Formats: sequence, structure tokens, C-alpha cells
Amino acid sequence: MRQFDRRLAYHFDWLLVALTLAVASVGIVTIYSATVTSEKGSFATNPLVIRQALYDGIGLAGMVAAVFFDYRRLERYAYLIFAFALVMLVLVPVMGSVGGGARRWINLGVVSVQPSEMIKVGLVVALARYFHRARGTGDLRLRDVAPAFVMLAIPAALILAQPDLGTVGVVTAVFFSILFFAGLRLRSFLLLAIVGGAAVPLLWGHLKPYQQQRVLTFLSPEMDPLGAGYHVIQSKIAIGSGMFWGKGYLHGTQNKLNFLPEQHTDFIFSVFAEEWGYIGALVLIVLYAALVLRGLQISYRAKDRFGSLLAFGIVAIIFWQVVINVGMTSGVLPVVGIPLPFVSYGGSSITSMMIALGLVINVNMRRFTF
Amino acid sequence: MNRREVPAALRRRLVVSLAAVLVLLGLTLIRLWHLQVTEGEQYRSLSENNRIRLKRVRATRGTVLDRHGQIMVDNRPSFDVALVPEDAHDVPRTLATLTRLLGAEAGDFSSAVQAAANRPPFEEVILKRDIDWESIVALETHQLELPGVSVQVGPRRTYPFGTAAAHLLGYVGEVSQQELTSRQGYRMGDLIGKAGAERYWEGYLRGVDGGQQVEVDAVGRKLRVLSEVEETPGNTLILSLDRDLQLAAERAMGDREGAVVALDPRSGDVLAMVSRPAFDPNVFARGIRAAEWRALVQDRKRPLNSKAVQGTYPPGSTFKVVMAAAALEEGVVNPFTQIFCGGGIFFGNRTFHCWRPSGHGDLNVHEALVRSCDVFFYQVGQRLGIDTIADYAHRFGLGAPTGITLDHESGGVIPSSAWKRQRFGEPWYAGETLSVAIGQGYVTTTPLQMANVIAAIANGGTVYQPQFVKRVETPDGTSVLEQQPIVTNDLGFKKTTLLQIREALSDVVNSSRGTGTKARVRGIEVGGKTGTSQVGKLGAERPKQGHMVRERKDHAWFIAFAPVSSPEIAVAVLAEHAGEHGGTAAAPIAQQVIAHYFGVAEDDDATIRQTARVSF
Repeated sequence: MRQFDRRLAYHFDWLLVALTLAVASVGIVTIYSATVTSEKGSFATNPLVIRQALYDGIGLAGMVAAVFFDYRRLERYAYLIFAFALVMLVLVPVMGSVGGGARRWINLGVVSVQPSEMIKVGLVVALARYFHRARGTGDLRLRDVAPAFVMLAIPAALILAQPDLGTVGVVTAVFFSILFFAGLRLRSFLLLAIVGGAAVPLLWGHLKPYQQQRVLTFLSPEMDPLGAGYHVIQSKIAIGSGMFWGKGYLHGTQNKLNFLPEQHTDFIFSVFAEEWGYIGALVLIVLYAALVLRGLQISYRAKDRFGSLLAFGIVAIIFWQVVINVGMTSGVLPVVGIPLPFVSYGGSSITSMMIALGLVINVNMRRFTF
Repeated sequence: MNRREVPAALRRRLVVSLAAVLVLLGLTLIRLWHLQVTEGEQYRSLSENNRIRLKRVRATRGTVLDRHGQIMVDNRPSFDVALVPEDAHDVPRTLATLTRLLGAEAGDFSSAVQAAANRPPFEEVILKRDIDWESIVALETHQLELPGVSVQVGPRRTYPFGTAAAHLLGYVGEVSQQELTSRQGYRMGDLIGKAGAERYWEGYLRGVDGGQQVEVDAVGRKLRVLSEVEETPGNTLILSLDRDLQLAAERAMGDREGAVVALDPRSGDVLAMVSRPAFDPNVFARGIRAAEWRALVQDRKRPLNSKAVQGTYPPGSTFKVVMAAAALEEGVVNPFTQIFCGGGIFFGNRTFHCWRPSGHGDLNVHEALVRSCDVFFYQVGQRLGIDTIADYAHRFGLGAPTGITLDHESGGVIPSSAWKRQRFGEPWYAGETLSVAIGQGYVTTTPLQMANVIAAIANGGTVYQPQFVKRVETPDGTSVLEQQPIVTNDLGFKKTTLLQIREALSDVVNSSRGTGTKARVRGIEVGGKTGTSQVGKLGAERPKQGHMVRERKDHAWFIAFAPVSSPEIAVAVLAEHAGEHGGTAAAPIAQQVIAHYFGVAEDDDATIRQTARVSF
């Protein structure tokens, strides 16, 4: 292992850590509000708060651990990491447990892990490895990136089968972001858009009406006014009723009356925005923006292409999850069920994203070391 | 430039990405501004009292029609009182007002509210179903004193013919706690089929609930419907039953207890099925009271049980039809074999009597059936042996449920040596075969099984699975299920065997010496067999029937088919504890059913008997 000298410690990115902790605190505070059942329950005894704090702690430790080695060593193990995450994903249908109508978890005795959270980071690492020595300056052709498409297709198909449409959406968005940054020709993007745009109506026409209906409710469950559609309305009421200043912490009525689905996981933003209003939402979005911009800066300044792609990809995961989650809870995107990074309750999401951020810090620290 | 560095051209793409990030997050903030500030006021008011709610629209249960499309089970509107406790700012006061207006028992409503304590918030509790017109008016005029209370219209099951075919149609009731956990897709307060066709065909009848997203005002009254999913009504069940024949059979039973089953021997279709005493399914539809339920369950005559499919009785002399078929097929007698009846035979250490103490003299199988001679069949039973008898009985479908689509069907008992070893750990005694030969002893059958036996004799040897549902249709008439006849067994008997039995059974009714002359129908050749099955031990000293307690009295049987030349209907009648012979108690009932089927006026009964031809 390369010497861990003071020069490195000097470049440890305290800003990124501070931003992460700030967002994670929002998470803990909001989870308490979303799950507290009686007036008597205290903050320190709420089981979900305790566990989330534990996940944050583990994630933080993982984040720090992720800076102690030179990230370039990941190059060698990149495909191995990806393969490991894929194996976990394959195991889900075999030995997974069901929750909320989908099979997403693997029970490892003490904890249940959600391999679909790990595959996001795994895919970014693998794609960074694949493109780090790519030739050219923005003129990669589709045939140059075909193997990358395979890398996307395998996990995407597995996640789709769970079914977890949200994660497939995030992974796909991250994939095209990386393709863009890796240098796929702009006209290839255009071609993909045209082919995709043409194929959908063509396929659509071949489907029978009942099949179309099934696809529609699968893609946008909010079209079912008795199911998810009802949830979207309640979520919009929660967010909107927060108005500018919010109803005050622990005073969200939508939240308290259990009208929000998954209020401590996928719909936690609604709880937060109801109680903290527009001003709270603005602060949270600005925190995320700062996190993402800082990440892009690190990507920009990275010494090598692998590090740059790695940082970029990880930042893309965070960014797309925020946009899709807030879009879903505010009723502009389909209800697909993905967590709000560092805020939603859930160990797999928290720890894998924090470790990934540790890698971004790692890239930042070593930009002067060679 | 370091070969591994990011090319400058691509770094420029990072700047584009940065711009994209800012634009998308900016759009997100604009969206939030729109929701929280521009429309914030509006959403704030919707959030108070949770003004947007989900109301379920219960699916209308499918109707049940007879074979000619006449209504057997229908729905009618019922006005129910519902309360959303969250909207009633003072629940005890609201309940007190309701109790006064509806004239209910104090405490009824509060216990209903307490029972629903675990429901999701803002879900309605139904307090009273099917209130009358005056109550509706009272509630509407006192609306302002009753926040959270509403009157809702929902479908209510109705059985226009009351007790008729009650056991076959079944009844519905509120889903129980146990059913909620064992069956998917049901919620508290839902109706579910509890017995009969309502239960067995539940999946077709139920339909799919719809729902409405509604906006309500501060006291929970509906302001407008935001969106809705239409309910899908349940499917229509089209029965093979003939409503008029069913009613005729109900009339024919009069005050008697027991069962009537009428089948179409050409398909196994059930044309009518009566079980007495019966219950009124309408009582269940309105919500049965505890005392009423207790009375039904504790009644020793067991009105909830279907005697046609659940009741098992010794078939008595009707079993001789099976015996005669076995004897002719096995060749232990031929049509000309004469056996002498002197009023009884001595076997083992006791005498087995014929029902006619003076005996029948010499007779062949034809005459033995016509006059229902016991001694003849004792002899035949001895020659066949118990296991051969059991084999033939099984071929007719006895000893096992017929497979009709009703729950709790009984199979009855057809004893054999293996059966007895298994059941009692004892060998079969030859003397027991004699009891079995005349349908006594261990043998028991259901009326449905006996109807199926006579149907197989009538149709030339095909045993069908009795079915009472012909077709299932959606409410707009699209066929969902089309039931074809199901053949469970082919008897494979010689043509002459069945022909000879049918001729004998015709003479049972139409010859002057027959035991079933009361089943004669003018212009229609009826064949049949009487049976009188003893409840007590066979051959024991017995007092006169009139002096016996009901539970010890004989059962009267009659199984029949018509017309003999090409049968269209097969009937089994069981008059439970009639204390009379099959020929006097059961045959007239079968006569009325058959007469009705062929459109012979029931008034003609008396004249028929006098003018009946003798077919010798």
C-alpha cells in the first residue's frame, strides 16, 4: 500500500463529509417524525432511528476505509467487484425474501441486504474500468461501446424481474451519463433516441389492448386511482400543504394519519416537505446540489481518467436518485419506488452510497500524488 | 499529456453535465414552488380532515337463473347507515342521536364502532343495514346533528322463493375473521358465500370491487368524485334447475321431511333438489340474529343440512334394483329362475322375514322386483356374496360422493369384507349379506346417489356426475364457462339386463300387483321402485309405526324414471321418518314431480289412478 502521508490527510475532503452528514441528519430527524407512534416515544428509543443511526455509522466507517488505499488498485478488481454484485443479484430470485410485492432482499442472518443497491456502484466501477483507456476525444461509435451495453443489460434484466422499475431507471440514467462523459459521439445519442422513439410505438401497436393496459399500469401505477394514484395525490397534498414555512416538525398531519405509503423510505421527502415547507425543501436540494457539484469538480480535477469516470458515475447515482425521487413524490414522474440518498431509511442504500462517496474522496486526495 | 488523463474535449462534457444538473434541480425547485407556494393554500385545506378519500364501491354479486333464464337469486338495493368516527366530532353524542332516531337498542352502535377499532383511519363503519324509508327520511332531516353519518346504497342478496332450493342455492354472510386470514382479497364487512352454490361458486359470483377517490367536506360529506374505477359485477350462474319443477317438488313434499332429487338421465343435470326442513336464506342476507342462528343449529331436524346430498339413509328395497342388475349380470339367476318365498328363510340361528309374512310363493326376478320380495333377494345376495354386491354398488357410484359442486357431500357406505375388517377389525358374517341384499344393515346412500342410480338404469348404463350449473356468463351475456356432461362410469351391462329391469320397474307402477301404483301418471309410462328402510335393528320386535317416536320411524323411498321407453327424468324421493311405506308416502310425491314435468295437471291425480292401464 502506498504510504499514507500527511499530504494525503491534508487533501481529505471535509466538505463532502460535512454535506453527507448534514443530509444524513435530515434523514434521521425525518424518520423519527415518520415513525413515531405515540407522544411518549422518545427519540433515542425509536428503533428505526437507532438502526438508521447505526447504518449511518457503518457507512461513515466504510467511507473512511475507502480512502485508505489507492483507488487505482480498483482498476484491477473492477470486473471482479461487478461480478460479485451480479452474483448477489442472481441470488435474489433464488433465496431472496419478498417485501412490498417484490423480491429484493437477501437475508444474511443478522441483516438483509438489497443487492440492487450494490449493483449501482458495481456498474459504475466496471464502466469506469471499461472506458478508462478508451481512445478518442468524443468520437466513440456505438460499436465501440457495445460491450458496455451488455454490462447494463444483464443487471437491468435481473432487477426488472424483481420487479424494481425504479432502480432500472436509475441504473439506465447513470449508464447514459457515463456514456456521455466517456465520449460517445453525439450523433450516436441522436441515433439511439430516434431508434428508441421509433421502436416503442411500433412495438406498442403489436400489443393487444389488455397487454397495453398491463404495461401502462406497470410503468405508471399512479394511473390506478385506488392504489398508487391515491398515494400520489396524498403525497402531493402532503408536500403542498407544507406551504412556504412548513407545518412544523412532528406536526405533519398527512404523515401522522398514515396516509402516505412507505413514509420512512420512498416517500420520506413528502414527510419532510410537509413539516419543513418550501424553505426546508430548498435547503435540502441545495445540500444535494452542493454534493453533486463538488463531486463533478473532483471528477474534473482527477489526475486520471479512471478516477474521473469513477467520481462522475458515483455523483450521477446520487443526482438521478434525488431527481427521480422528488419527481415521483411531487407527482411529475411515475411512482417507481427508489430511496432518497442518505435520507430514506435503509441500510443497503446508506452504506453502499457512503462507501461510494469515500471513493470520490479517495480520487480527490490522490490528485497530486503522481 | 499523460496518456491516462481525461482528454480536454471530454472535460468540456463535464461542464455540460454541470449545466444539466443545475437545470434539472432548478426545475425540481420550480415544481416544489408550484406545489407549496402557488397551490399551497389549496393543498393545505385538502390536508385538513384528510379531505381526499378512497371509497369502495362493492361489486354487485352475480345473479342465479334457472335453465329457462328465470330468476332464482337476485339483488335489490339496501340502504345502510355508515359512520366515519373521525368525522363525528363527538362520537357518543352522534350515536345517541342515531339510537333515538332509528329506535335501536342502546349500546348496539357503540359496540359496532368498538368492533371496528382496528380499521384504517377514515374508513366507514356500517352501523345498520337495510333501514326502512321512514328511517332514511329521519336521518336526512337530522343531517346537521349527525356529522360523519351517511346513508349508502348497496346491493342486498334476495331469494324470491324463500326456502325453495335453499340448500342448493346456499346463502351469503359477512366474511368471518377466519375467512379473512385464509382467503385473499376480502376485507371486513364483505359478503361471502357461506353455503351451497353461493359458497362453491363464490369465485364466479363475487365480481371485483371498484372505488372512488372523493373529496369530502369538513364533516365527511361527499363533495365530488375525483376519479373512479368501475366495479366489475359478478358473473351470472345459469342452473340446470327448472324453477317451476322445483316449486312443484316443494309443493309435493308438503309438510314431510326428507328430500327430492330430479335428474335428467341423459346428462346428469339436476332439475330439482328439495331438502326439508329448510331455512330461508333471506334471513342470512339481512344479517342473522344470534338467537335465530342458535335455533337453526340446535334444531334436531337439522334444517341447515341438505338431506339430498348430506343425509345418508339405508336405501331399503330401492337397493334391489342394484341387486337385480348384479344377479342378472353375474348369472346367479336368469330371467326365468324361480325362487320360492314362504315368508322368510332361516339362516344362521335366526329367521329373516319377508315383508309379506304369508310369502310370495314362486317368483322370478321380474316378479320379485314388482312385488319387492325380500326372500328372493336374500337368496340372490347369498349367491353373489358381499364383495360382488359391493363391486356392483360401486359401479353405480354408491359408497362415494357423486362429485356434485356442493360442499360436505356424503358418500354413504357400501360395506364389503375389507371395509368391515378395516372399520371394526372383524370378519364379514354371511348373515350380514342378507341385510345388505335388501338395502339394510350397514348400507347407506344419499337421495342424490339413488337418483343417479335410477338415472343410470334409465339411460342405458351411463353414470353421470350430477351437475346443477349449466353455464356461467358475464352480465352482458358472454360465456365464461360451459359445463358439459361428465361421465363418471359406464356400467357396461348387457342390454337385456337393463331392459328387463326397466320392464319390471314399469310394472312396479303400472301392474295391479306392483308396490308403486301411486306413481302412475296419465299418458306417461312411469317406472320406479319403492323402498321402506327401517331405522332400528332389522327383524327385532317392533311396535306399530304410529306409536313410535319420530326418530325411530321408517323412511319411505321411491325412485322413478319416465317415460320408460326413452327416459327424460329420473327422480328419487326420501320421506324421512314417514312411518309409512315407500309406496304410500314417497311414490305420490314422485308422481307429482313427474306429472308436472310432463305438463299433466295435478288435479287429475285421482282420475289417473282409476284409469291407469295395466301393462301385463
